[in-house]
Amino acid sequence: MTEWVGIAAITVVMFLTIGVGARGVRIARTPADFMVAARAVSSPVNAAAISGEYLSAASFLGIAGLVFVQGLGSLWYSVGYAAGYLVLLLLVAAPLRRFGAYTIPDFAGGRLQSARLRQGSTVLVLIIGWFYLLPQMDGAGLTLQVVLGIPYWIGVVLLGVVVSGNIAMGGMKGITFVQAFQYWLKICAIGIPALALLAYAGHGSTANLTSSGAPTFGHPTAVTVPQAVKLVVKRPTDVVATGVVDGHADAGRHLVLEPGTHSIGRGSVLKFRAGATVPVRILLVQPSSPAWNSPFVSVGPDGAHPLAATYGLIIATFFGAIGLPHILVRFYTNRDGTSARRTTLIVLLLLSFFYIFPAILGVLGRLRAPQLYLTGNTDGIVLALPALLMPGPVGAALAALVAAGACAAFLSTSSGLLVSVAGAFSHDLLRGGVRSFRWCALGAGAVAMLAALLVENFSASLLVGWAFAIAASSFCPLLVLGIWWRGLTWRGAMAGVLIGGGGCCAAIAATMLGLARTGWAAVLLGYPAMWTVPLAFAVMILGSLASRRDRPADVDQIMLRMHLPDTLLKRTR
Amino acid sequence: MAGLWILLAAVAVALSGAVAFWTRSSRLMGTPRQHVTYETLHTASVAVSALRGGLTAAAAASAAPALRRLLGTPAVALADRKSLLACEGSERHRDALAKCLQEVVDSGRTKPLAANDLRCGHSDECPVHAGVAVPITVEGSVVGALAALGPSASADLVRAVGEVARFVSTHLALAELDAARTRTVQAQLNFLRAQISPHFVYNALTAIESFVRSDPDRARDLLVGFAEFTRSTFREHSQYVTLAEELHLVETYLELERARFGDRLEVILRVAPETLSVKVPSLVLQPLVENAIRHGLERRSGSSLLRIVAADGGHEAVVTVEDDGAGADPLHLHDIMSGRRISDSVGLRNVDERLRATFGGDHGLIIETGIGAGTKVTMHLPKYSAVLSTA
Repeated sequence: MTEWVGIAAITVVMFLTIGVGARGVRIARTPADFMVAARAVSSPVNAAAISGEYLSAASFLGIAGLVFVQGLGSLWYSVGYAAGYLVLLLLVAAPLRRFGAYTIPDFAGGRLQSARLRQGSTVLVLIIGWFYLLPQMDGAGLTLQVVLGIPYWIGVVLLGVVVSGNIAMGGMKGITFVQAFQYWLKICAIGIPALALLAYAGHGSTANLTSSGAPTFGHPTAVTVPQAVKLVVKRPTDVVATGVVDGHADAGRHLVLEPGTHSIGRGSVLKFRAGATVPVRILLVQPSSPAWNSPFVSVGPDGAHPLAATYGLIIATFFGAIGLPHILVRFYTNRDGTSARRTTLIVLLLLSFFYIFPAILGVLGRLRAPQLYLTGNTDGIVLALPALLMPGPVGAALAALVAAGACAAFLSTSSGLLVSVAGAFSHDLLRGGVRSFRWCALGAGAVAMLAALLVENFSASLLVGWAFAIAASSFCPLLVLGIWWRGLTWRGAMAGVLIGGGGCCAAIAATMLGLARTGWAAVLLGYPAMWTVPLAFAVMILGSLASRRDRPADVDQIMLRMHLPDTLLKRTR
Repeated sequence: MAGLWILLAAVAVALSGAVAFWTRSSRLMGTPRQHVTYETLHTASVAVSALRGGLTAAAAASAAPALRRLLGTPAVALADRKSLLACEGSERHRDALAKCLQEVVDSGRTKPLAANDLRCGHSDECPVHAGVAVPITVEGSVVGALAALGPSASADLVRAVGEVARFVSTHLALAELDAARTRTVQAQLNFLRAQISPHFVYNALTAIESFVRSDPDRARDLLVGFAEFTRSTFREHSQYVTLAEELHLVETYLELERARFGDRLEVILRVAPETLSVKVPSLVLQPLVENAIRHGLERRSGSSLLRIVAADGGHEAVVTVEDDGAGADPLHLHDIMSGRRISDSVGLRNVDERLRATFGGDHGLIIETGIGAGTKVTMHLPKYSAVLSTA
């Protein structure tokens, strides 16, 4: 029963998105009332479209999961995702719109008069786009796994086929109104369940938030383990087990789990007493309360240098939003620099509003559903919470709503990304037309699909954080210096993009391969923006100073066009 | 610890990549002789590329150093019909050279320059003793002169200077051709603007007149629209406008046409909001719409459907204007578009030429038509174009 509601919700969202996208928003009117001016997209609509495209699976599922497992320090992710637009607003939005560029390669090529830099930045757009696509695919696999109980890879393949097929057939190109609608869908899909659950289950004891030990069960709880897990137990725990525990088949046997690691078979049911300490899946960091309550991001099992890691995250997310390929495209729809700035301001408000809810859900999960520490995939808690906290039809309906929202999240973001990636590939690298765009869409989707199968165990927020780090250490310096410093040359920019972006990619690859798990190495490789962003800025400035004769001749003209206020421009017309 | 090593290795790889990229730009290949040839060709192309826009002071100043390298002489000078434009390498002979070059321009004949022509008083330390001045002719008339100075006026120098002057002439002739083409397109545009008036003004005013009694408010609105429309077509200084402004112009125009045709004209307009900020040359859409109405409606009775669509195509906006009118013979239209046949409808061809001139040769109009099958005209307008961004 519960499953069917979820299936229905997901199907409806998929068909809505694809159907509307394929048909395009049909704006046919009789001549009597057709006014082009009325057709222009207002800043609020455009802001909702940007937010709708931006709020990905990482925001919808990832943040709540990270808060649940790693603690309040993970709220820096949501702060950073929103605050990136502040930097965008202050430094980039209006001048970039006045420049008229539509993608970062266009900006790079037009501002610095270099075809090579243009191609170099196209390659980087592809890398960032693919990196950002991974967590979307990951979110799709997970959502369908939780809602339908099908294996992870089926969800990934399904999303990949649906989205790239849809784009290849010409859907999802520049559909501002659909994306704006997606924002409101997402905010309802996370806001309503969060508030309902808060009202229903958010009162009473706050033991798990305040005590100094690990979280405990508030009341007697039976936990069904959906797949075989290894649990870490810190103190002796009484359970009544049905199923396989440590290799022994039990049927309702009372036993004591001694401190250490225990393996639990698939489908086993463990009944815990009220007040029992919650065992934790071996992959998760032990969420003891002091660490959970600390306002810093924790890295690795030892949680070393939390302040440095937090700064790494802040730098990556604050400066990364500037360089996201699928977001910049939307700014072109603004009429002029002023409206671009207004749009960004509204985006900030819309995003801030959204990010309240994942935090609520994460805290609620720790408070009322600690059994998810045993069973849950971190990113799955938003999907699992409604049914756990509110058994019955209301909970099922809320769960379906959340599933629909998650589906909207990964569909819209991955569509926007794939359009950008395929466009960059076919237009900037292959100089191709519609046909090559199609093949590029299919190819890019396939690559992302294959890569996503390898990253099942990474948190969506972590992956997105890395995409931000790459953007922050390559495109952020390029745009900021390109807009505000007339001394930038293409050689300097190229060197900065290569060294900053390359260094960041290498650090992330090292982390993904698990080469550094502890100490400074883990912090510097896991949150590379801390050193790659200043490095990229420094290389770009020094490189440009060293190649001063490459400065484009028309730099003064371009600067004037980017920084002349719109009102002045209109007056001279 | 291993992580740190990998980090260092990654930085090293990135650095070496950057250095390799840096040094790759100027690598030499081939035998020394080929190398000399490449070098000469490169110098020549640098010299004339500056002159591609015509013989101006700025162009001469940037071409002179390259010409001097090409000729291998200590000094060169360039003049147009009126004055000396550039004098590279012999500042002290400037006045004397100006006079000699003026003589060459006036006579149109090559003139060897002796030491006393140059009025070189300091014969010892001065590397320049003699030279040659050659006229530059384009299509039979002298447009300027080129002089090269050296220690002596050898036969080799005379010959080399003559060849270089001929080379420069060819490119100046090309520049002249470019300018002529631009002037033609501009003249056509002016013609287009002027041509709108009498025919259209009469029809519009007649239509407005018919509403003056029955619907004074509408008549007033139409008059305002008429004024606005004529003003936008006369406006010349803004060469590029946004698609939104262009659509607005079409809107006003259609309002006037609708006053005339009433229910006979049905218009479907579909515009994706993402395309509204695309920059286009002014008056690219309205002539297409006017053409569609003229061929779709005026020459037959019954109602007609006009469909104007601006769709978002990723990196470009795809604008189509489609009518279900009489259509045309594709071969006939092809002749008109390629300029082999003169037609009264200058609009389509002019739009096509201006689109090509702005966005490049592959961005012309795509016209699908057949006799009795209606006409569909498609434009692909890039959302970002380097030409427009510097305009």
